[in-house]
This record gives sequence, structure tokens and C-alpha cells, in this order.
Amino acid sequence: MTQREVELILVRQLASYLTIPIFVVDSKGTLIFFNEPAEAFLARRFEETEELTLEEWTALIAPSNEDGSPLRHDQRPIMTSLEDHRPAHATIWITNQAGVRHEIEVTTFPIVGQAGRDLGAVALFWGVER
Amino acid sequence: MRIELWGVRGSLPTAGAATTRYGGNTSCVSVRTGEGNLVVLDAGTGIAALGRSLGHEQRVDVLLTHLHLDHIQGLGFFRPLFEPDTEVHIWGPASPTSSLRTRLTRYLSPPLFPVALRDLPCRLTLHDSTLGSFELPGLRARSALVCHPGPTVGYRLASDEGVLAYLPDHEPALGVRRFPGTSDWTSGFELAHGADVLLHDAQYTEAEYAERLGWGHSTLTNAVAFAHLAGARELVAFHHDPSHDDDFLDAFVAEHDGLLGVPVRGAREGDVLELVGQESGAERRNLTA
Repeated sequence: MTQREVELILVRQLASYLTIPIFVVDSKGTLIFFNEPAEAFLARRFEETEELTLEEWTALIAPSNEDGSPLRHDQRPIMTSLEDHRPAHATIWITNQAGVRHEIEVTTFPIVGQAGRDLGAVALFWGVER
Repeated sequence: MRIELWGVRGSLPTAGAATTRYGGNTSCVSVRTGEGNLVVLDAGTGIAALGRSLGHEQRVDVLLTHLHLDHIQGLGFFRPLFEPDTEVHIWGPASPTSSLRTRLTRYLSPPLFPVALRDLPCRLTLHDSTLGSFELPGLRARSALVCHPGPTVGYRLASDEGVLAYLPDHEPALGVRRFPGTSDWTSGFELAHGADVLLHDAQYTEAEYAERLGWGHSTLTNAVAFAHLAGARELVAFHHDPSHDDDFLDAFVAEHDGLLGVPVRGAREGDVLELVGQESGAERRNLTA
């Protein structure tokens, strides 16, 4: 297997110690790591999961607006971080594998490595409390 | 490929009767290609003796892994830098905001050093390390960032005679719950993969490491596990802790030699290794054995 860039390795190591659900995607949006708190979103453990393409993991969590309409491309924070290399934040709805919808906040930021290398992005998920 | 060890100590030069067999100079390794080209890995205090041993060199390439003092302290005492006819290329990592030149100048300028970088008589070229592959005279080189505080790279040098991997300051086990994990998530793996000789950080015992997590160094046990994962043919334990004397290192290395099937040798100043290419792979000869 090809070794990951060290910045991605360090991000994964940090994420694995945090209690916030976190996704780490590469520069193509492929989900290359998710921590234990994020396993509930996907109903699978990281150790038992192959890499998921952007389309595959998007289909699994079905991000949508409050009215149930799918998020447009430009409404998705992860795309802002991947394509525009900017941090982004939004309140969205996702659907878990039991079909239950959850309101959730997501914060994303790009991973720009040494020498300006575009390595991917991180998504942190926050439960909405009202 | 002739590999000679001029400094094998980590962190701090450690002269004295208790370190005469392994040596007390900090990191410096020379690599002489079959065609006679000279590459120097790091510029710890060991580089001074290397410089004194050289005749006139047309070109010398100095590859710095990072700019911690134990890896650059000898640079200002490297004789080729003071020879007007010698072409010296220094390669090392930039930081996110500063070039290699800016960073090196902090040390090679008054008040820390009397001679400024710009005043060195040699024909000096500084290269911000290219991450990935690059060519050196007689060698195919590769550098990659590795897990160590601050911008730090490791190097892989390959020729038809064999492959040397050099990761003197490396903590691949940092934050990993069960080390080693898979190769794709292991810092330094590609540099070390299938190397004939792996010179790797082995500074700590398990007890020492427990108190120094995140300092950027490895236990010898983890170095062996890393070498095994990478399929390196031989591990040369490097960057000895200043508190480890000769007798301690003898026992420390002996305890680990052969674990996981990995031959382990403790790096000693003056060791000379030679890689001689063969159809079935490189043959390693230890000229000092």
C-alpha cells in the first residue's frame, strides 16, 4: 500500500483520540479515515471498512436541508474545503443507517501541507442542541 | 556505495571515557558512490572529522534532515565550505514560512557563529528539500516528511549497488495505539521499504519513552518493528541517547538483535558499510567487522 503523507497520518492520530466525530478525506474527497465517534453515522467500524469514495459516503449519510431536499454541491462544507481550500461551517441534516434524520452542525477545513500541498480536508460534526 | 558513520549520538555531543567505542559526535554519515561522488547526511559534530579526512572535492552534497542543533552544529566546521573551488549543495527542509537559507542563517551568523553564511568561500547552493524524488550525482534520492517536531525529512538513497534509508530522528509510533499499524498509515514506510540498510532512530528504552512521548524519537523495540514492517534487511540503531554509555549500548543492542528476524547493529563512529550490487539484490559488507 502507498504510504500516506505524514500530515494525514498526524491528523488521523489526533482524530483517533478525540470524542468529536471526525471524517478525514483525501484531496479527491475519498473517506480515508473516520474515528470511533463517527462510526455511528456510517454504521460500520473503520477497521472493517474499505475506503469510501465521495459519492459512496455521501450516499450513506444523505446530507440534506431541513425540508429533506439534498444539499446542493455548493451547500456542502466539505466541497468548499476541497475545492476552494477554505474552512466552512453549516447546519445540515443527515440520515443514519436506521433511516433516522439528525440535525447536525459540520465544520470543515482543508489540509494544506508543507510546500502548499493539497492533501484533503477534515470534517468535524457537532450535535445540534436546542 | 560506501557508507561511513562519523557521528551517531543524538541530542548532545557526549565525549568521555564511557562513550569511546560508540562515539560521542552527533549525527553525520557520508555516502561515497561507486563513481566517487560524495553525499553527506546531516551536519552534526561528526562532520568536522569527515571534513578533515577529505582531499579536494569538486562537489559535495549535504542533506540535512532538519535543523535541530545536533544535526547542524558541525556545519560551520566542515572544511569544504571554506574551499573556493568546491561546489557545495546543502539540501534541507524549509518551514511553512521560511526558506532553508533564512533558517540556516539563524545559526550561521553572529552572535552564534562568527562567519556568516554569505561569507563562506565555497560555491554554495541551498536547496529547499524537494519532497519526493530528486537526482544527485550517482544516486537516486528521495525525501519525505516524517514524524518529528518541526519540519523534518528522512532520505532514501539508491544506486545500482543498493538502498540506504536514513531516518535518524523519527517517532512513527506517536499516537498509534498498536504499533506498527498498516504500512500506509506508518510515517517513513516508503523511505525504508526494502532498504538494504536502515539507519534509524533508536534513542530510548521503553521506560524512557514513556516519559518522552512526542519528543520525536523511537525506542529500539519500535525501530525493530518499523524495520520489520518495512522489510529492511538490516537495522542500524542510530541517534544514541547521551545518557547511554558503551556498556549499556552493548547490552541494549544485543537484547534486540534478531527480534522479528531483523538483524540489529548499534551504530558506531568509524563503522564503514559497503553495498555491492548483485543480480539478486545488494550485498552488504561491513568493512569494520
